[in-house]
Parts: sequence; structure tokens; C-alpha cells
Amino acid sequence: MERLLDVRGITKSFTGLKAVAGVSFGVAPGEIVALIGPNGAGKTTLFNVAAGVYRPDEGQVTLGGERIDGLRPDQVCQAGLGRTFQNARPFAGISVLDNVLVGALRRDGSVRAARKRAEATVERLGLWPKRFEPASTLTLPDRKRLEVARALASSPRILLLDEVMAGLRPTETDQMVALFRELNAQEGLTILLIEHVMRAVMALSRHIVVLHHGEVIKEGAPDEVVRDPAVLECYLGEEAL
Amino acid sequence: MNAPVRTARLRLPRPLLLLGLLGLALLVAPAFVGSYALSVLILILYSAYTGQAWNIMMGFAGQLSLGHALYVGVGAYAAAALFVHYGIGPWAGMWAAMLAAMLAGGLIGYLAFRFGISGVYFALLTIAFAEFTRIGFDHITWIGGSAGYFLPVKQRTSSDLLDLRGAPAMFYYVMLALAALAMAVCKALLSSRTGYYWLAIREDPEAAQALGINTFRYKMIAVVISAAMTSLAGVFFAFYYNNLFPEQVFNIGRSIEIILGPIFGGLGTLFGPIAGAIVLTLLGESLRSATSALGWEVPGLELLIYGACLLLVVMFLPNGIWPPVSRWLGIKSRHLKGGE
Repeated sequence: MERLLDVRGITKSFTGLKAVAGVSFGVAPGEIVALIGPNGAGKTTLFNVAAGVYRPDEGQVTLGGERIDGLRPDQVCQAGLGRTFQNARPFAGISVLDNVLVGALRRDGSVRAARKRAEATVERLGLWPKRFEPASTLTLPDRKRLEVARALASSPRILLLDEVMAGLRPTETDQMVALFRELNAQEGLTILLIEHVMRAVMALSRHIVVLHHGEVIKEGAPDEVVRDPAVLECYLGEEAL
Repeated sequence: MNAPVRTARLRLPRPLLLLGLLGLALLVAPAFVGSYALSVLILILYSAYTGQAWNIMMGFAGQLSLGHALYVGVGAYAAAALFVHYGIGPWAGMWAAMLAAMLAGGLIGYLAFRFGISGVYFALLTIAFAEFTRIGFDHITWIGGSAGYFLPVKQRTSSDLLDLRGAPAMFYYVMLALAALAMAVCKALLSSRTGYYWLAIREDPEAAQALGINTFRYKMIAVVISAAMTSLAGVFFAFYYNNLFPEQVFNIGRSIEIILGPIFGGLGTLFGPIAGAIVLTLLGESLRSATSALGWEVPGLELLIYGACLLLVVMFLPNGIWPPVSRWLGIKSRHLKGGE
């Protein structure tokens, strides 16, 4: 299978602690893959390696066949990888629309064109009524939406979502899930998500990778993964499905 | 989607109208005011100009420079030296001044941004550079050293705009043009890609980088543009005052003067530096004359009151005076920092 994002043998340690140890997996174009696992399993570290925040100790990451490991985050973004942050990081002092516009500027040649696409994205995420508000005034669910809107506006080839459902109510989660399904179906957007909300994971992903202690302990189709004894043992055991 | 667009169009003329009225008043002012008032107006425009230039770094890109006197001084000395030694006028000399300041700013920016120095550490670096440039200039006898550097002053009947020698009114119009130009440049920058990237870097450098922004490059652009603009104030300074002392020009107090206006007026806003310059200069001047008129011969009293006023604004209007004033004038500004 041809892979859009290919993670191969990634190892990353922090002063002796191996956060990620020899992790390999891939995301095919148009696919939605979920990365799950208990806290401290190395999911966010892996994300940060892919996004250029950390340079891996070993292994390589390719996007569309091009090496992206070791590049700076802005270069990784320019290569077509968009990401959100686990703790939403809006540009607090500027308006919601301007936040998204900054993202849109990656692709668009002019501010005018970027504004247009930012407006469309803001509307799509349900932030239209708040577009002129400073981002600092947003509630947590709206911050999460803004985080997604901003990354989405940069027209990534693959979108990395770090716990964007955390803190959302079930109906809000469902809305977000519906949006990603729509983007995936209509625009072929490829998504890799870290998520604890299994309701969203099950509804979205076609493929799940389970990390534990920095290693992949299981990967496969969702219904197969959630029945796996090792996965149940380390992670899903307490989780109400 | 239609309604907001239409209201935006209706609102647009208001700031333009106010700006036009202000511009018109400033254009005709020399015909109506005395020489003292004219010198105060020049001070206001000078402060608005340097504030605008500094605001690019701090207000837009979020990089705190406490050493902007460095660029004023470098610009002043470069243009003055070319004039005194080679007879090259300020209009040609200003390019050399800008180039020198851009090199200085570029060097500081490169050292800081390449090695991830930011926040207060960046501020300390800018102070350090301004300070050792001051000490260095004390020892360059070619441009007067610590004894000062003087531009030739002659009695003349007409103003010589080419060599920037002449009556205060000429300096007034030059400074007015510079201030207007700075405002236009800042407006254009702020609505450009670069401007948006600066705001993003100011708000969250890491998130900005994740959106594809080369933060190093855009911070460098900010420091270089800001330094170049600031150096022109130095050229003006040299030809207006005709004397330069490293002790004064590069003094940290000068750097602080530059930053007070935009902070007082409203960081990151276009009118903040202007509003701050107007209020602070008038406040300083009126306190000086008021205390002497009232016969309160307490040394430093006016500075004490001045400080108290600054304190009050910081306490009650942490975003500066412009945001509330703009609301009062009915101008809807874009949400920059303190747009609230």
C-alpha cells in the first residue's frame, strides 16, 4: 500500500527515558488513522517528531515520499503536514478570523484570497458569529474548533489532530466527527488522530495503532483492535465503549 | 455575510475623516503657532515617529527592544559624519544611515533569534549593544568622541531643504512627512502577509511555526525594518539639534523615551504611538510650565507627577489609551492586542 505518511523505526529518548522506541506505521492517502494508548505511551512525542518539534534519535518520517524528519516545524508544515496542539494554542490577542487567516496564508498568495478561505473555514467550523471576537474570549470547545480551523485553513495533505475531542460534550464530539468524515469523504483529507474519546475513534478511524510504553502493541481494524486482550489489559479495560 | 461587509463600508470613512482633519490641522499649524508650540509639535511628531518604528518590533512582532537609541545614534552619526567630512547631504546620507542601522539590527537579531534568545533576555541583549556602542563612540575621535560632534551652523536668511539647514518650520514639515510616512508604512505592513505573521509570532511563536511561518526570518525582517526607520529619526535628530554626544544619543533613557509613547498609547495599534506621543509630550511640557508657574521649586516634582500618570494608565488602561479613545470616537479597530 502506498503511504502518504510513513513512520519508520522512530526512537526518541529524553535524558535516558525512551518515550518512543522503534515505532513504525503508515497512513495511506485518504485514510483516517487513530493513535491510541494510555497516558505516557508516547503518542504526543511521536506527533512532535512527525511535526518537526523533535528530531528523532533513530528512524525516519516521510511525507509523500520526501523525508521530513529533522526539518523545522515550519518546513514540515510547508511540506503539507498540519497539526493541532493538545492544549489549544490560539493567537489570543487577535480575532478568530485573523487566527484562521494566518493558517490560510500558507497556501494563498494574497491576504485577500487567504481571508476568503479563512471565512469559509470559520463558517464551516461554526465560528462565524464569533469571527471578530478576540480568540482569548472563546470557550474551550470553541478554542478546539479554532485550533482545527486554523490547521485546516493551511490546506494540509495530512492533518494531525491531538485530542481535539477532549473536553467536548457528546453532541459536540458528534458534530466534530461529522465534520471530519465530511472533509475526508468530500476532499479526501487524510487524518491521523490521537484520541482518548473512543466514541470518536470508533466513528472515525478505519485503522487503529495502539501505543504502550513507546511501542506499538497492536494495530489493525477498529473492531479487531478493541477486542484484543493486550489492548483491553493496558488501555481499554476501564474505558466504557 | 452581506451585512457586516456593508457596515464595514459605512464605518470606513470615519477614521479617514479624523485622520484627514488631524493631518490638515498639522499642515497649517506653523502659520498659527509660536516658536515654542512649534518645537513642542516637532517633539510630538518625533516621538510618534520613533514610537511607530519601535512598535513594529514590540507591538507587531512581540520582540522587546530596550536599545532603540542605538539605531537613532547610528543613524545620526552616519549622516552627520558624511555631511561634515564629505559634504554629503542628509537626503543621500540617510541611505547610509539606514544601511548602518539595518546592519546593527541584523547583527543583534541574528545573534538573538538564531540562538533562541527571546523575552527579557532579548531585551537585555539590546540594552547591552546600545551601551557598548555608546562607550565605543566615546573613543572614536573621527566623529568627536566623548567631546561631542557638531554640525556647522550658520546664520541664514532662507531655509536650505537639501542640506536640512534652516528654520524650525522646515524641520516641522520634514518630521510631519516622516511621521505620516511611518504611519502609512505600518498600516501597509500590518495588512500584509508579513504583518499577520508578526502578530502570530507575537502571540505564540510555536503555534506560528506549526502554521508554516519561518519565525527566524520574520523576526529578522521586523528588526531590520524597525532599525532602518528608527535611524531616520537619528538623521533628523543630528540636523535638528546640530550636536551629538554619545552619552546622550545612545543613553538608555533615550531608549525608554522611545518606548513610552507606544506603550502609553496602545501597543500594536496604529494610532497608539501617535496618541501616546501627543499625551506624553504635552503632559511633560505642561507639568514643567505648571510647576514653575505655581512656584513649586521642588526638583524633579514634574517627573514624579509624570510617573504617577504613567502608573495610573498602566493600572487602569493596561492596553493603553488608544483602545478606549477609539471606541469613544466610534472607530472599530481590528482586533489586535488590546482590541478589547
